[in-house]
Amino acid sequence: MAKEIYSTYPMIKYLRKEALPTALCPGCGGGTVLNAFANAVDGLKIDPKDLVVVSGIGCSAWIASPYFLADTLHTTHGRAIAFATGVKVGLPDKKVVVISGDGDLASIGGNHLLHAARRNIDITVILVNNMIYGMTGGQVAPTTPFGAKTTTSPYRNIEHPLQISETVAAAGASYVARWTTAHVYQLIESIKKALQVKGFSLVEVVSQCPVQFGRRNRMKEPAEMLRWFLKNSVPINKAKKMKPEELEGKFVIGEFVNRERPEFVTELNKLIDEVQEHFGLKGE
Amino acid sequence: MIIRGDEPEQVALLKKLYKPGNYFMQGNEALSYGALFAGCRFYAGYPITPSSEIAETMARELPKLGGYYLQMEDEIGSIAAMVGASWTGFKVMTATSGPGFSLMQENLGYAAMTETPLVLVDVQRSGPSTGQATKGAQGDFFQARWGTHGDHPIIAVSPTSGQDAFWEVIRAFNIAEKLRNPVVFLFDGVLAHTREQIRIPNVEEVEIAYRKLPANEEEARLPFGDPHGDGVPPMPLFGHGYFTHVTGSTHKENGLRDVYTPEVHDRLVRRLHRKIEQNRHIYEKYEEHFTEDAEILVVSWGVTARPALGAVLKAREEGIKAGLFVPKTVHPFPGERMRELGKNVRAVLVAEMNLGQMIIEVERYLNDDVLLRGVNRIGGVPLTVGKILREIRGVA
Repeated sequence: MAKEIYSTYPMIKYLRKEALPTALCPGCGGGTVLNAFANAVDGLKIDPKDLVVVSGIGCSAWIASPYFLADTLHTTHGRAIAFATGVKVGLPDKKVVVISGDGDLASIGGNHLLHAARRNIDITVILVNNMIYGMTGGQVAPTTPFGAKTTTSPYRNIEHPLQISETVAAAGASYVARWTTAHVYQLIESIKKALQVKGFSLVEVVSQCPVQFGRRNRMKEPAEMLRWFLKNSVPINKAKKMKPEELEGKFVIGEFVNRERPEFVTELNKLIDEVQEHFGLKGE
Repeated sequence: MIIRGDEPEQVALLKKLYKPGNYFMQGNEALSYGALFAGCRFYAGYPITPSSEIAETMARELPKLGGYYLQMEDEIGSIAAMVGASWTGFKVMTATSGPGFSLMQENLGYAAMTETPLVLVDVQRSGPSTGQATKGAQGDFFQARWGTHGDHPIIAVSPTSGQDAFWEVIRAFNIAEKLRNPVVFLFDGVLAHTREQIRIPNVEEVEIAYRKLPANEEEARLPFGDPHGDGVPPMPLFGHGYFTHVTGSTHKENGLRDVYTPEVHDRLVRRLHRKIEQNRHIYEKYEEHFTEDAEILVVSWGVTARPALGAVLKAREEGIKAGLFVPKTVHPFPGERMRELGKNVRAVLVAEMNLGQMIIEVERYLNDDVLLRGVNRIGGVPLTVGKILREIRGVA
C-alpha cells in the first residue's frame, strides 16, 4: 500500500526512494514537516543539488535525512548546527538546512543553537518541537509543558519549558517563526522565507507525538493533539497584548523576527579580502 | 571546490609570505606553519592551554592564504565543524589539549566511522582532569587510541621537536588524505612552548597528498565502497550533485543506514580496520639510533625521545651498548620492528612522561627473558638526560 501512496505523491521526486518507507510512527507530525519542506523547496524551485541537509539524532533528525534526496549529513546528538557551520563555510553558495528535534537542537545542542544565531550564519534550522524525547521512549524534555506526564516525569513535570523561538530571536537570528503542524500553509510560507533570508533562520514547528506524548496526556489520537494546538495557539500580535499568566500553556505562533544583520560567512570572506588587500596578497 | 594548497596561486602566496630560512619560534608556531604548507585552509577550534598559540597563529595566517579560522563555542562544535568542512573538500585541522581532547572523542569516532580526513592536534598536558593546566605530559597515549567508543581504527603521529612537528604535521595531513581517516597528532606542552631554531623550507621541498575523488558516477554512488581494493573509498564531496548520504550509524556501501543486519556492520567495521592494516607502508615510521649492536634498548616517544637520545649518547661514551627506538607513528604501534629489536637486547627501558603507557604496547612484543623497565616522571617537568642515563647504568 505504501508503494501506491508514494507513487501518487507529487513531491516524490524530492525523496530518496530506496530509503522509503519512513521510520516515523503513524500519526507523527514529522511527515507534515517533510511535506512542508518539500513544498517550500518546490515552491522556490530550489535545485536539490544546491541543498545540503544536516540533522542530529532522534525521530525528527530522520525527517529529511535520509529521506530527502540531497547531500545529507546525519551527525552526532546535538551537534547538527556545528557540523552545518563547517559545511556552510565550504559551500557558501548552497542552502544549508538543519532539520532536527527539540531535544537534539535545544537541549544537548542548545549552545550551538545560540551561537549560530549570534554569529548569524546563513543556515536554515527547522526545529521540530514535539515536547518529548520520542525515540528513546518518551522521557521528559526541556520543552515538555509544565505539569505534563512523561516516562521520567510520571507524576507531573515540575520544570518550565524552554521557549525556543523567543530565545533564538533574542540571541540574534535574522528570521524566527513558530507554527504548529496544524498550520501547514503558514509553515510552508515561513520555511520559504527562512530559506531566502541571508542569515540565521529558525522555523520552530510544534508537532504532535501521539505515541509518546499524547497517549500519556489524554490525547492518544493525532487529531486530538492537532485540535489542542489549534485551540491553544495565539498569534504573536495578540500575544503581545496578553499578560504572562494568560499565556501560560499557550503556543504563540507567527513571525518573531525578520531583520537584516551582517551574515557570518559573508563577513568572513570580506575579512579575508581585507587582510589579503592589506598585505598586498591580492591577485597572486 | 577543494582548496588543495598546490595551485599556482597558493604556491605563490606561500612563497611570498614564508621565506625559506631559519627562524626562532615555538613548537606550536612551527606546527601551524607545517599545517599551512600541507594545505590546511580550515581551522575550527576552542582555546585551551597549552595549545592556544596554534589557534592564534592560524587566526593570523589563514586569512592571508584565503583560508578560514573559526573560533567555535566549544571543542565539540570545533571537531563537528571540521567534519562538515572536510566533506566540502577542505583540509582541516583543530588543536586542543587534555580536557578538550576528551570532549572531542565522540566526534572523533564519527570521523572514523564516516571516513572523514582531518588532523586533530592534542597538545598533551598534565592530568587527570584539569591537572596542571599549563604543564606538559604524555598521558594521552591511550586516549588517542581508545578514547572514543567501539572497535575503531586510529592513526596517531607524535613528533620529537618543534622542527619535527613542522614536518610531521604535513605527514599527518598526507596520511589523513591518503587513507580518508582522522589522524591524531600527539604533541605536548613542553615542545609546544619551547622556542628553538626552526627551518622553513622552500615550498617545493614539501610533498602533499590529496584524497581520492570518485572517478565516475558509479564510484560516487558508493561513498563507502572499496572499488580499488585498498580499503579506501573515493570521497564524493558535498555540493557536486551526488546526493551523498553520510551517517555515523552503521551504513551500507551506498551510505544508507542499516543497523539491523549483522553482516553489514561486520563488513563495514572490518574494512575500516583492514584499511589501516593493509596500508601500513603509508604511515608506519620510526627512528633508530645505535640499534645494530645494542644490548640495552631505550624506547621513547615525543618530547622524551630527546633526553633519551642524549642519555644513549652518554652511555655509549661510557662504553655501554645502548640504543634508542622512537616510534613516530605511535598508533598503530610498530610492533613488528619492536619484536625484532627485542630479540637481540638484554633490557628495554621505556621513557615517557606518564606512569607507564607506551610500555604496555612494548611489553606485548617482548619475550619474557628481556628485562623491561619504565622510566617515568610526572608533575610537568620533562625527563632529563641524567635521570635516563642513571637508569641505563642501573641495568648495564
